[in-house]
Amino acid sequence: MKTYDLVIVGGGPAGLAAAVSARDNGIESILIIERDRELGGILNQCIHNGFGLHTFKEELTGPEYAARFAAQVYERGIEYKLNTMVMDITDDKVVTAMNRTDGLFEIQAKAIILAMGCRERSRGALNIPGYRPAGIYSAGTAQRLVNMEGFMPGKRVVILGSGDIGLIMARRMTFEGAKVLVVAELMPYSGGLKRNIVQCLDDFDIPLKLSHTVVDIEGKERVEAVVIAEVGPDRRPIPGTEIRYECDTLLLSCGLLPENELSRSAGVTLSPITSGPVVNDSLETNIDGVFACGNVLHVHDLVDYVSQEAAAAGKNAAKYILSGKNSEAKEVQIFPEGGVRYTVPATVRPTEMDDTLTVRFRVADVYKNRAIVTYFDNVEISRRKRPVMAPGEMEQVILTKAKLAEFPDLERITITLEEA
Amino acid sequence: MYDVAIIGAGVIGSAVARELSKYNVNACVIEREEDVCCGTSKANSAIIHAGFDAKPGTLKAKLNVRGNEMMDQLSKDLDIPFKRNGSLVVRTKDQDPAGLVELLEKAKANGVPRVRILNREELIAMEPNLSDDVVEALHAPTGAIVCPFHMTIAFAENAYENGVEFFLNTKVENIEKIQDGYKISTNKQVIEAKVVVNAAGVYSDVFNNMVSSRKLQVIARKGEYMLLDKAAGCHVNQTIFQLPSKMGKGVLVSPTVHGNLIVGPTACDIDDKEGTNTTQKYLDSIGPAAALSVKNVPLRQVITSFAGLRAHEVDGDFVIGEAEGAEGFFNAAGVESPGLSSAPAIGELLAGQIAEKLSLSKKDNFKATRKGILNPEKLTMEERNALIKEQPAYGNIICRCEMISEGEILDAIHRPLGARSLDGVKRRTRAGMGRCQSGFCSPRTMEILAREVPMAMSDISKSGGKSTYIVGTNKNI
Repeated sequence: MKTYDLVIVGGGPAGLAAAVSARDNGIESILIIERDRELGGILNQCIHNGFGLHTFKEELTGPEYAARFAAQVYERGIEYKLNTMVMDITDDKVVTAMNRTDGLFEIQAKAIILAMGCRERSRGALNIPGYRPAGIYSAGTAQRLVNMEGFMPGKRVVILGSGDIGLIMARRMTFEGAKVLVVAELMPYSGGLKRNIVQCLDDFDIPLKLSHTVVDIEGKERVEAVVIAEVGPDRRPIPGTEIRYECDTLLLSCGLLPENELSRSAGVTLSPITSGPVVNDSLETNIDGVFACGNVLHVHDLVDYVSQEAAAAGKNAAKYILSGKNSEAKEVQIFPEGGVRYTVPATVRPTEMDDTLTVRFRVADVYKNRAIVTYFDNVEISRRKRPVMAPGEMEQVILTKAKLAEFPDLERITITLEEA
Repeated sequence: MYDVAIIGAGVIGSAVARELSKYNVNACVIEREEDVCCGTSKANSAIIHAGFDAKPGTLKAKLNVRGNEMMDQLSKDLDIPFKRNGSLVVRTKDQDPAGLVELLEKAKANGVPRVRILNREELIAMEPNLSDDVVEALHAPTGAIVCPFHMTIAFAENAYENGVEFFLNTKVENIEKIQDGYKISTNKQVIEAKVVVNAAGVYSDVFNNMVSSRKLQVIARKGEYMLLDKAAGCHVNQTIFQLPSKMGKGVLVSPTVHGNLIVGPTACDIDDKEGTNTTQKYLDSIGPAAALSVKNVPLRQVITSFAGLRAHEVDGDFVIGEAEGAEGFFNAAGVESPGLSSAPAIGELLAGQIAEKLSLSKKDNFKATRKGILNPEKLTMEERNALIKEQPAYGNIICRCEMISEGEILDAIHRPLGARSLDGVKRRTRAGMGRCQSGFCSPRTMEILAREVPMAMSDISKSGGKSTYIVGTNKNI
């Protein structure tokens, strides 16, 4: 069996940044395994700009952003395999993968970084009633067809869900000659970034109907019409509010799901909130030496944060490979409360962590004039005012090792929202 | 003139075709869709029933039990995914114990082997997720699960290999009695045959009524289902039925032969024989109905929902055999549940009757076996590597949810009656049938179809006809 110090599953933005960071922290033997034809992951189909404002202080397209990280991988001579599918991961870190040239093969890794990304919620998972004709696409599938292959999947389009890919595709389909009739969103707020609503819908006079959902799909062979209806506070359709749109296409942008089937088979504990692994401050899962970063860990809003998180995972994996792990270290749990849905990481080891630790999370609703407040046991440590917070955008709190050191008997950390 | 023309390439038409192909016969199958297995055969519970449900003495009872019996050999010969996982019919505390006893008696009268009633303690040891209200259940170990797509496709492929012709995309418009048989007018050619087999599912009344003096009325009884992720596939091990009550037959909860969990069906008679749409009302009813027999069904893990139409003949039994006042016109009409289970027996029965009618002799070169598309999971690592070395496409995963490689997709396209649409590929290989529901693999599968058939990307469809995916190129629609 072949051996590597570090195997990284996924060559998207998370995997690439993790590989670069691991190499820069002293790991020679690294293998990135990527299932697609090129490195870069889903960024390769995100040909719009707006990437990299934080990381590179300039606006890049998705493929440009990916290319910057891929270049760093090439410069360092880090090994990677394309068109290669990881079939299985075991809890003792044997990775089984397959491709056309190597066949089915196993690798023994000292550490693994999970960076498989996420998938889109499908029509079936949304349980939308109606016929099952052609013309129903997840926004990402349509994005691949249009942006990478040059094929238009439809002419008259209804979009369900206001996730960022859906918003971006509303604009893209319009650019390419289609008519986008409406974007319907189940929730009373959008799941996407504010800037995307302005730049992709408002600028093209595409209506966004909040608190609406699809209640019927007509057309036995190809979509012929989509019926949407308003929903009440219980998110159930309100009879009598139906509007019928004649169209040939329904795009779905109703949320992303971390792809953790491999993690599950390895025995990684998953969070029911994020659907991603539960990790500590080093982004390590419950399995020693198995780390996670990027959208497989929790769905991010900006790729810049993915890169930062992945760099931390790479560094921590390097540290694990080179110096092992202090399994005796005390671990303090972070409790999300008051509208904070979850935190990544979920636990902190004050003695092991870096000097600073970025804790990221999302909120459960749209909140105005609240403060993000951190408590160590009952002591308020920080309070930061936020005029507006929304579920579509990630929030963060920075914890410092120095401050934690002042609380040797700390039992719990709480991150919550309070009136500002 | 054909000896036999079979209308409908569902599981019944295909089973009849396969049984007939054992004889020296010039036969064809006429199917309006672009592929076999496109109607009721693709949208049902995927169960081979034990046979305890039907009224003793009916065709449903006899053919179900016989069909079930035939499946062990057939699944081996034709490489059909099939598993005898057993069935339970549960009685809850509010239901009359007499109901279960009555079912046991019917089972015995129908000749269902090894049925018995189990108490709650025995049941919970087998099925810990049964509802707390379940007090006892009828256990039928011969109940089984099957892949209805593979079953139909296997019959059709084997029939094809034994000389039966298939006319796909061919819709029968009229049937007329002529001197030596029947003249079948279609949207394409006219087909003449000495014998016609009517296996047209919900339309079987329409074709029967064109020629027979006994008019049939087949009602489309819609059943809606939810299919759950493989992560939920072990929620129950056996197929869990509910004791029929005044409220109807109730929904079943069952693993599928591929490891998913299926929950359904609802039942609603509709006027539209094309009404395969799901509805909010009935989808919403599935969860509460399932909870009567099985607790904590993880409905949040639904990956798709669908509706199928059972061909319910108003008199209640299958209508099998030569139609009244229409010599040489053989019905397989009103074949609702347990139709899938009965299909092999219906094939055997009708082929026998037709052979007698036409004095057909048995073929001496009948090929009884057929190899399905490879399931790489059954190979060892060494075997799989040898295969990939020879055919590298088997190393290239296209559907990441079901781990289906390009090799299997190529086989699906190039084998007899090969796939020409994404649904065709899906039913043969499971590519696109997993949790992402083809979000990732559909552009890849389209590319492979375009290259291999070959065909234009703009002609690639979900299931033939107008179900194409691509309306033009960028800025050019």
